[in-house]
Parts: sequence; C-alpha cells; structure tokens
Amino acid sequence: MAKYLGIDVGSTTVKAAVTDGENLIYSSYVRHYSRVKETVLSELENIKSRFPGEYSVAVTGSAGLGLSQRSGLAFVQEVQAAFIAIRKYYPSADVAVELGGEDAKIIFITGGTEQRMNGSCAGGTGAFIDQMATLLNISVEEMDEYALRAEKVYPIASRCGVFAKSDIQPLLNQGASKADISASIFRAVVDQTVSGLAQGRKIGGQVLFLGGPLYFLKALRKAFKETLSLTDEQAVFPDNAPCFMAIGAALYARNVRAENIDSVIEKISKAKGNDEIITGKPLFKDKAEYSGFVKRHRATDLNYADIATYTGDCYIGIDSGSTTTKLIAITPDCRIIWAHYQSNNGQPLDIVVKKLKEFFALSGGRIKVAGCAVTGYGEDLIKSAVKADFGIVETVAHFKAALHFNPKVDFIIDIGGQDIKCFKIKNGAIDSIMLNEACSSGCGSFIQTFARAMGMEINKFAEKGLYAKHPVELGSRCTVFMNSAVKQAQKEGAGIDDISAGLSSSIVKNAIYKVIRASSADDLGENIVVQGGTFLNDAVLRAFELETGKNVIRPGIAGLMGAFGAALYAKENMRGKSGMSGAEELENFTYKSQTAVCRGCTSNCNVNIIRFGDGSKYISGNKCERGAGLPPASGKLDIYAYKQTRLTECVTGVRGKNGRVGLPLQLVMYEQLPIWAGFFESLGFEVVLSEKSSRNLYFKGQHTVASDTVCYPAKLIHGHIESLLDAGVDFIFMPCESYNLDEHTSVNHYNCPVVAYYPELLKANNGRLNSQNFLMPYLDLNRRANTVKKLHALLKKYRFTKRSIARALDEGFDRLKKYRDDVRGKADEILFEAEAAGKQVIVLAGRPYHLDNEINHGINKLLTSLGLAVISEDSIFEKGEPVKVNVLNQWTYHARLYRAADFVCSRKNVNLVQLVSFGCGIDAITTDEVRAILERNGKLYTQIKIDEINNLGVVRIRLRSMLAAIEESAEK
Amino acid sequence: MEERDYRESFPKWDDSMKKTHKILVPDMLPWHFAILEQVFRLEGYDVEVLKNDSRRVVDEGLKHVHNDTCYPCLCVVGQFIDALKSGKYDPGKTALMMTQTGGGCRASNYMSLIRKAIKREFPQVPVISINFSGLEKDSSLQIKPKFFLKMAFSVLYGDTVMWCYNQTKPYEEEEGATDIARGKAMEFIMDSFKRGGYSHYKKLNKRIIETFAAVKRKDIKKIKVGIVGEIYVKYSGLGNNNLERFLLSEGCEPVVPALLDFALYCIVNNINDAKFYGIGKKRAFIYKIVYKLVHHMQNNIIKLFKKNGAFLPVHDFEHLRRCGDKVLNQGVKMGEGWLIPAEIAAFAETGVPNIVCAQPFGCLPNHIAGKGVIRTLKNLYADENIVAVDYDPSATKVNQENRIKLMLATARENNGQTEKNVKAS
Repeated sequence: MAKYLGIDVGSTTVKAAVTDGENLIYSSYVRHYSRVKETVLSELENIKSRFPGEYSVAVTGSAGLGLSQRSGLAFVQEVQAAFIAIRKYYPSADVAVELGGEDAKIIFITGGTEQRMNGSCAGGTGAFIDQMATLLNISVEEMDEYALRAEKVYPIASRCGVFAKSDIQPLLNQGASKADISASIFRAVVDQTVSGLAQGRKIGGQVLFLGGPLYFLKALRKAFKETLSLTDEQAVFPDNAPCFMAIGAALYARNVRAENIDSVIEKISKAKGNDEIITGKPLFKDKAEYSGFVKRHRATDLNYADIATYTGDCYIGIDSGSTTTKLIAITPDCRIIWAHYQSNNGQPLDIVVKKLKEFFALSGGRIKVAGCAVTGYGEDLIKSAVKADFGIVETVAHFKAALHFNPKVDFIIDIGGQDIKCFKIKNGAIDSIMLNEACSSGCGSFIQTFARAMGMEINKFAEKGLYAKHPVELGSRCTVFMNSAVKQAQKEGAGIDDISAGLSSSIVKNAIYKVIRASSADDLGENIVVQGGTFLNDAVLRAFELETGKNVIRPGIAGLMGAFGAALYAKENMRGKSGMSGAEELENFTYKSQTAVCRGCTSNCNVNIIRFGDGSKYISGNKCERGAGLPPASGKLDIYAYKQTRLTECVTGVRGKNGRVGLPLQLVMYEQLPIWAGFFESLGFEVVLSEKSSRNLYFKGQHTVASDTVCYPAKLIHGHIESLLDAGVDFIFMPCESYNLDEHTSVNHYNCPVVAYYPELLKANNGRLNSQNFLMPYLDLNRRANTVKKLHALLKKYRFTKRSIARALDEGFDRLKKYRDDVRGKADEILFEAEAAGKQVIVLAGRPYHLDNEINHGINKLLTSLGLAVISEDSIFEKGEPVKVNVLNQWTYHARLYRAADFVCSRKNVNLVQLVSFGCGIDAITTDEVRAILERNGKLYTQIKIDEINNLGVVRIRLRSMLAAIEESAEK
Repeated sequence: MEERDYRESFPKWDDSMKKTHKILVPDMLPWHFAILEQVFRLEGYDVEVLKNDSRRVVDEGLKHVHNDTCYPCLCVVGQFIDALKSGKYDPGKTALMMTQTGGGCRASNYMSLIRKAIKREFPQVPVISINFSGLEKDSSLQIKPKFFLKMAFSVLYGDTVMWCYNQTKPYEEEEGATDIARGKAMEFIMDSFKRGGYSHYKKLNKRIIETFAAVKRKDIKKIKVGIVGEIYVKYSGLGNNNLERFLLSEGCEPVVPALLDFALYCIVNNINDAKFYGIGKKRAFIYKIVYKLVHHMQNNIIKLFKKNGAFLPVHDFEHLRRCGDKVLNQGVKMGEGWLIPAEIAAFAETGVPNIVCAQPFGCLPNHIAGKGVIRTLKNLYADENIVAVDYDPSATKVNQENRIKLMLATARENNGQTEKNVKAS
C-alpha cells in the first residue's frame, strides 16, 4: 500500500513526515542552511533507504511553494496543512499558534474559523529570535536557559528586528543582565503575536502551540502561557510540534496520486532554478582589477610606531560603539602605537578595562598617556569608569578623523555595525547630518548576522562576493525586507557569492538612497571619505564606488575612525595633566550593576546603576538628569512641560448631574480637549480623562490594534479607550472630522486620514464599544450651526435645548481660545528669557499629540538638559508668514509646520527640530518641504523619527551633533 | 496678508503645446487607459500610455521619491523617469500627465512629487494635471464638455470590457478566444469614437456583452476572488505584481469592480459634504443631478446584462452604498474610503466572499477603511475570507503569493463545506 509523505520546506528548516494512513512512521527536522534542494533530496534518500516504495507526496511551507512549482509536486498552503492535522489529532483545540522561521500564524478554530499570517513587516518569529541571540552572542538554547532565570522584563519593540535591536543595544551597554534581556525578547515575541496577529480576537480556550521555536524554547512557552493566562490543561505543546505541518501535508497527500519515491527524487533533482531573480553587474571583472583596487586603497594607511620600543607621550581615543568597541593610541605626530577593534559582546566596559590593562602592560612604563577622549554610545559610562579627560559627540570625532585624511573632505559616510552616519561638510564645518532611522538600518551587523546564519565568518562571506558573477538585486529597505528578499533569492537558487555581493550593494543603496536620499551620486560631494567597520569589507567599498561612480578614500583604519578622531581631539584640546586612570587604578577597578526604577518624577524610568569600586556611581536609562543625581532640568523654559499641565487644567473635574463622559486624551483630543471639556462641563457632565499614556497603557489596548503599520499615537489610543471603559464612564466621546479648524493659510484644512476617522476603527475592533457607550459624530467645527444641530441630535436623550448646546459649544471655544492665548503668551516669555540669557531656542515641531510624553519620549526634557529652551510649533506659527510651498498645502497641522519653519528663519537664536511619527505617510511630504524652507535660509534641519521604541541614545547623539554644528556656525 | 513664496518655478502646460508635445501617461488603469489613449489622440493629444515595467522602474522611483511615500507614487514617478531616460522621447517635446483628486489623502500631492522628482534631470518637462476640482489651474488640461463626455463614456466601455473579459477568460474553451473578443470589442468601440455614435452606450454595451458571450465557455465552477483596495494597486499590474494574472493561473476568476464605482463614490462624497456639514450646497445640487443621470445609465447597462444572461451584471451602485452603510459611515471619504468596505460587502452579498484587499504599504486611509473593517465584515458575513496584501518596492512576490494562497485554501475549504451542506439539506 502506498504511504503518505509530507515535506515542509520552511525558511530555515526542512521537515518530513511519513504516515501509513493511520500512524506516523517517520519524521525529521533539519536545518537547510539555504541549500533547500540538496537537503530535501538527502531527506528523501533517507526515507527511501528505510521505506522504499510508492508515495503520495505533498509539499508545504514558504519555501516549498517554489519547489513544488518547479518539480510538479502537489502543494498545500502551510496554514491549511496545519489545519488538516489539527482536525485529526486535536479536534478539541480552540486556537493554534504557530511560530516558524519567518512566519507567525494563528488559526482560530472555534467561534468562526479564521487563519492568519503575519504581514510582510512583522518580526517576532524564529529568525527574529536567532538574530537576537546573535546580538547577545549566545546560542538560542543558552538564551532559553538565561530567560528562565530572569528577574524582570524590559519593554522591547517586537515589530521587527531592527527596532528590537535598538531597544536591546542600550540595555546591553548599560549592563542589564542577559537573563533579563533574554526574557524580554521572548516577551516581545509574544506581544507581537498577540497584537500583530490576534488583532482584537482573544486567544483563549485550548491553545495549541506549534512550530520549532515553541517546541524547543521553554522560556518562550512560559511567556506565552503567562501572557495569555493559560492553565497547563489549556496550553497544549504537541510532541510532534516541529513537524506538524509536514504531518498535515502527509494527510493532505491522500488526495494525491501515488508514485514511486524514485520518481519523486527525480522530479526534485530536475527542478530548475527560477530565472525570475534580478541580478546586477559583478563587483570586479577579474583578479587584476581587484588587486589594482586594493593597491589604491592601501595608499591611505597610517604609519605605525612599535609599542615595544616607543618612548614618549601618547593620546588615547576610545569609541564605545553600539556593537563594537574601538581603542587607539597615537603618538603626537599621529603614528599608531596600538589599536584594538572588537565586538563588545554586550560588555563594553569589561572590554575597555581589559584592553587598557593590556596596553599598560605592553607599554612597559615607557609611554605616558597625555590625554584621553571617549566617544560613541557608551561615552558617558566609559568616561566615568576610566576617568577620561573628554567625552565628545561621535559626529565630531568622525569629522576630526576624516579631516586628517583629506583636508578638503566635503562628504563623510560612516557605516557601522548598527548605524549609518553621513555628514556634509561646508566651509570646514558640519553642515548637515543624516543618521539612519530605525527602519532603514540594514547596516554592518546585518551582513554579520547573515554570514553567521550561513555558518561563515564575515570576512569569508564578504570575500565570496568579490567575484560573484550575478549579484542578486535585493532592494534597499530595512533588514526584515532584505531578509526575505535574500530568502527568496536562495529559494530561487542563487549562490552564496551572488547573495554576498547583493547584500553589499543593498547596504550601499540603502545608505545613499534611504539615509542620504540623494537623487544622484553627484549630490554627495567631490571629496568623499568612507569609514566605519563595514567599509573594511572590500565588497561594500567596491559597491559604493560603483554606485557613486567615484573613487573614494577609505583609510586603512576605517573601523577605528571614531577612536582616532577622539584621540586627535584629546591631542588638540588637552591642557595640563591627563586624569585618566593609570595601570594601578585599572588593576583595582571593579563595578557592580543593578537596576532600579527612578522615582524622581512620574516618568518612572527604568534606570541602571553602576557602582564603581571607588564608591562613585554612574546612572543610565533615565530620560532626564534627575535620576543621575543632578538637579532636574528646569521646566521653566519648556513649553511642552507648560502645555502638559495647562491642557489638563482645561478640565475642571466638577461632578455633573447628567453623568460622566470620557475623553480619550490622544490624537485629535490633544488639540480639542479645551473645546470638549468646556462643552460637556457646561452641559452638566463630569469630564473624565483617559489614563496618562504609558507603555503599559499601550499593552492594555494592544489586542484591538487592527493595523500594525499605523503610527504609535494611533496605536496608543486603544489603551486610552480601555482605560475609559474601565473607569465606567457613561459614554466616550470622540468626533470624526474630515476637516480640521480652518486657519486660512492653506489651500484646504484637512485632518490626516488617521486622525479624521480613527474612531471608526476603534469601534469596529473593540468588542466593548457600541453605539451607546461610544459617540463619534461626524463634525465640521468650522460650521457652527451644523455642529450644534449634529450635537443636539447626538445628545437627544438628555433633552437639551439647541440653545444650551450652542452655549456649551461657545464655552468650549472660549476655553480653546484662552488655552491658546496662554500657550502663545508662554512662548513669548520663553523667547524673551532665552534671548536675555543668551540661550538657544528649539522649536520642537510636530503635531499637537506629540505633546504626549509616551510619544515624544521626553525629548523636550533632553533638550532642556542640554541647556536649550523649547517651544512648540503651535505656539509660534502665527508669527511666521503664511507660506506658499511646492506641495499641496492642505492639512491644518502641516500648514503650521511650514509657518513655524518660516518663523525660525527670521530668528538668529532659534532652530527647528521636527518630530516625525514612524509610519506617518504625510510627513514623507512635509519633511522635505520644511527642510527646503530652512535650508534656503541657511538654517540646519534636524528630524527625529519616533515611535514605540524608547531609545534616546540616538536622539541624544543627533541633538548634540546639531548643537555642535550650531555652535560652530555661530563662531564663524 | 503678505505671503512668503517658497515655490520653485516649473514649466507650465498650456493647450497649445498639444501640437508639439507627446504626453506620457502612467499605466494606472490598463483596461480604461487602452480606450482613453485613443480618445485623447482623436482629440489631437499625442498621448502614450507607458508600458515599461522592468525593475528599473521601481529603482528610479526609489531614487527619486521619498521612500516613505506610497508605492503608487513610486511606480508612477519611476515609470516616467525610466521612460524619459530611455531616449525614446525628446524631453523638449514631452509632457507628463497625471490625475489628481484633491482629497485628504497623500495622493493629491503626486503632482508636486512628480515635479520634484524630474526637476533635476528633466526641468523642461511640464506635468499636466487632470482634475475636476479646480486645482492646478495654470497647468491642467482644458477639458471642454464634449471631451469630458467622451472620457466618461470611455470609462463605461472600459468597465464593460473588463467585467465581461474577467468572466470569460477563466472559462474559455479555446485558449486566446477571449483576447480575440477583446480585440474585436476594442475595434468597434474605437470606431464609434472615430465615426460618431460613441454616446449610444446601450447599443455599444450590448455589442460588447454579445461579443464576449459568443466565446465558448467551459461549464466548470471556479473560485471567484474580488479585488478591492487602493485604486492604483487595485487595477495596475505594475502595482500589484500582476494580481489578475496570478489569480487566473491559480484557477480562479478575478472579479474587479468597475471604475465607475470610484467615479460615483467621488460624486457622492461631494453630495455628502453638503448633507453632513452643509458645505457647498449649490455644487451638491448639480452633483445630485449628475449622480442620478449616471446611475440611471448604470441601471440601463445592468438591464442589458440581465437580458443577455451570459454574465453577472455590474453592481448597482445604490445597492453597493446600502451594503457599505452596514460596515462604515460614508463620512470616511479620504482615499478610497467607504468604497472599499462597500465593495467587499456587495461582493459578499453576491456570492464573492473571497477578497484580496490590495493596498500600498502604510496606506493611511486603508488603516481604517481596509484593515480596520475586516472584523466588522467577518461578523456580518460568516463566509467572509479576506486577505489584506501590502504592496511595496521590497515586499517579495513569494510573501504576497503565499498569503493569497492561504486565502485561496480557505476559499476552497469553504466551498467544499458549502457543497456538503447543500447535499445534506
């Protein structure tokens, strides 16, 4: 009798299952390392040797699709396959959750069958876990063990690997324990599954957990059980979970005609690669071209001095980067005595101390440290630990270093492990800075992760790309996308060499077109210096030269430029004796790290306290300076702090005889709270505001978020709604408004689609909302009579007269006017005082809802702690002239941005920083326009993209770089 | 009030240039532009609908447009620039043309984004706006009433051809017969524009239906899949990786809603602005008349379909609106707004529960009108089977197709179940 064979070809593994119709007689699970065809064939040979004969075969899995098409074998979609198997083996299951290498799926079985898969932009899968393990420099199994010993869980963005990385990196740098981080990663995966996939449907009843990661990782299982509050009976972890889809495929194969296993093997071995993949030009024609290239670049290497014999002064530069630590010691005439570059393995401090000790040992007392400067992510920590003389901003360090190699340099690009930095240089100063945003990383660490996934060291992997004949075209988006493009190319049969070369040019394109956003290579400049560890990779360097059509300078110490620049800085700025810890002090150096919650204000930051052996301590993780033991940043010159208080004061909180109305303080309500508070209070309602935004509030509403790519403010409001429902208000009020208030300076006065109609989405996706407890009238507030009519009808059951409605609305608009007057007045005051005190003022420009501390992550506090005064776009835009811009100026909030930019241009001590929510499509249009207005008037443009990630490290670097540039241009 | 002008100058279009300039149009609505291209030519405009669709198109788009801008914009700009760079056209004698709605979504800004994108390399090329909202007065196409009517009729014929083709192609007995029928239909449609008689829409529509009905079809059941979503990725093969072709290859019948629905949706939105907020009452009065007229024509076409009997008729827009009201308020009017749930619901009520909701990655209105309404629709219609697919320059085809396949697997399953249920009862 024929047997049934199911083959599940996933993104990382091949699973096979054989049944005789009733019982499973064979199953296997092997990683394929992208050699899909070979792995499947060797599995088939295995099966053949044990059970030769006739088989009905079905293929499933994300990589199985292509294979089945080319071999002519039957295919069954993998969720479908799982479903078939569930119905046979677990008929009582209510929900099945399956995590695979690249996919995450949920199947709702009872109460309306539904099968869901993650969208194309959703991490939280096996590949994500692998990537995180690589980042922690441990195996996935170790990560699992660590996680089980965790004491606390940090919030980590789980939407995609890039985001999570930027959350984890600072934690690592701050010395958070691997156990806690590991547990946080698993928790992030669970959150992603719940929010990204369940989207409003509760995961409950008997839940089946499938797929490799959920089978092998106990901590992940635990996280799921805990988050979903499942009992042992409810959470089912089948023994054959990894091969479950394969078993499903085998069951499906009953419908397939049987054939001899030899013919199956033949079909697969004959399957051809697909010619659909797009390839580019090779990096090098031949070896000769390559050696010419190597020779050209070798010319820019620095000279060395021998540490074993050198006697005299030296300057030490330390660059504590996000993934690597770099140290260098140079002589006063810029020869390198000693240098070190290594992955920091999450322990940057240990490495710095260890390496400095080695340096002192080697120097044998002949070399005196005359100065030391630290730069990079870990600047503060390392500076306090080794008592360095200076801490400088990365951008300044890199510029210093590049100048040394080419005094005429006008463009610097640095691709490091975690970030891309580009600066344009004009008149000997940094003119503009571009850093990669969270979503366009795709940097060095990506190649590294990838090389490891292929079981190869990065150098080997890169080398392979040099002579690739047909580099694969992989696109230029964020890593997650590249990841699946790579997978696709592999499935189509591209070799490792072609992929390696393709990755190199992807990274380059990403940098040029995504980060710099140059429309052509000529935009970059004439004298380009490239640096950063990633450029040590010849394939990347070559791809860059090919893409730009220019020969560039890559210093031999490309990976050490930050450290070199820091050393140069120390050399130029050192006065007197260096205070850096000497050999003896380092010998006795110890530290202890400990986590705590700062109670300095209501932000409740998770802080990390590092106590050094000598009793001094270093605190990190706090948003302001208060946690660090310094006096708190003054809110006096901060309009954000003022507005936060003033806005909530619009609600008097008096009890009303007509009941309690809930107003969610998010999106449109950040602008219109005064109106609606005034309106409802004057009608005799008690106004209840939603809970203050926080990460926890977000989690509370996460299960009702319908679209995982919408902006964070929109996602947050789901939590606000939950909090109001819990507060037991009579109804929640949130209007739908296509049109915002007309401020008469734009062609039209729309709201963005999300602000305009989000109540519709809330109502459709939160089962607790209905037409009684959620009122969402369609209003145009510019039309008073119409609005009164609508509101009158809306509140019919309270029997208000039209007149009282009209009066209430007037009261609302009065409160709005007062609020705005006060805000404007405060802005005048700040401008005046800043001027008097000789302070720089920043217009922190965004949308009204960027006032929310959970959304702006306290960037206003960061600015004031850097000694700046802060005002907002809505407090001063009326001071700017109405403007005509190149784009259709048709949104109220955005029209304010243009005018605010115009105002900034008229003031010497005022600059603008634009806050942009990730996923805000409209800002793709406004940012370029605001930039154009500022740059035309010789002002610096700075943009900060924000979303749920809470990593102020990058923001701090950007702001400090901006300040450095402002200061330099002021000096001129 | 003084205004600060930050605009950069750009070449304007005036109608006298039609004698000298070739006008390039992106391949947005393949079914309708095939007819419109000819109609424009008859009016003396040397129009060419671009067909370039290589990877270079997307690459040029990525280079020239802010990457967070939506995918359709990227495709349109990419297609233009790739064409201009091909050397086939003299930049001194070429213009680009694009539609503009003036709604609250980003799409209204395509015009300026195209100008920005070509500014550096092709500063002399004017960009023409086609719009009916009075935007871009100094660089839009001057459309006289008669010309406007011709365009309107082109939409009607394009719809009928598309609608009949999609119901014939999956079932044709002789391969290629449907395409031959399409060719025939195109011929006599164009003939009517050339010789007059294009306004005899009943006669022409009847002929189109009959032409396709004459194609021999196999008597088999196929799964019908409705395609809804953002207008560009809904219709354009460049935007949706040839979704219609993919569905055909999977043995399905793609059901693509008529473009007239979108036109009526825009008209209704203007009427609603008056109804909801009291905006533009006079204008709304005219729109109401237009709506009644067009809807009456649609009804006549539906009658033709019913009389012939070979195909399911297009949706009655009034019915579509009523379906939509069950799901989403008609106040949601940005982008494709309430039209999306209305189309899905209308499909559900006419035996097409399987839906691909196509949208550009991060499309703002579709957060609400696309993904946001799926739950409501599933509650309303038990068999509803929707997959939302994001289109994006880097989203891989495999990823998209795998998700569509999941939807199809569910569809097949549901079909099997319904059949069983029928047998049981």
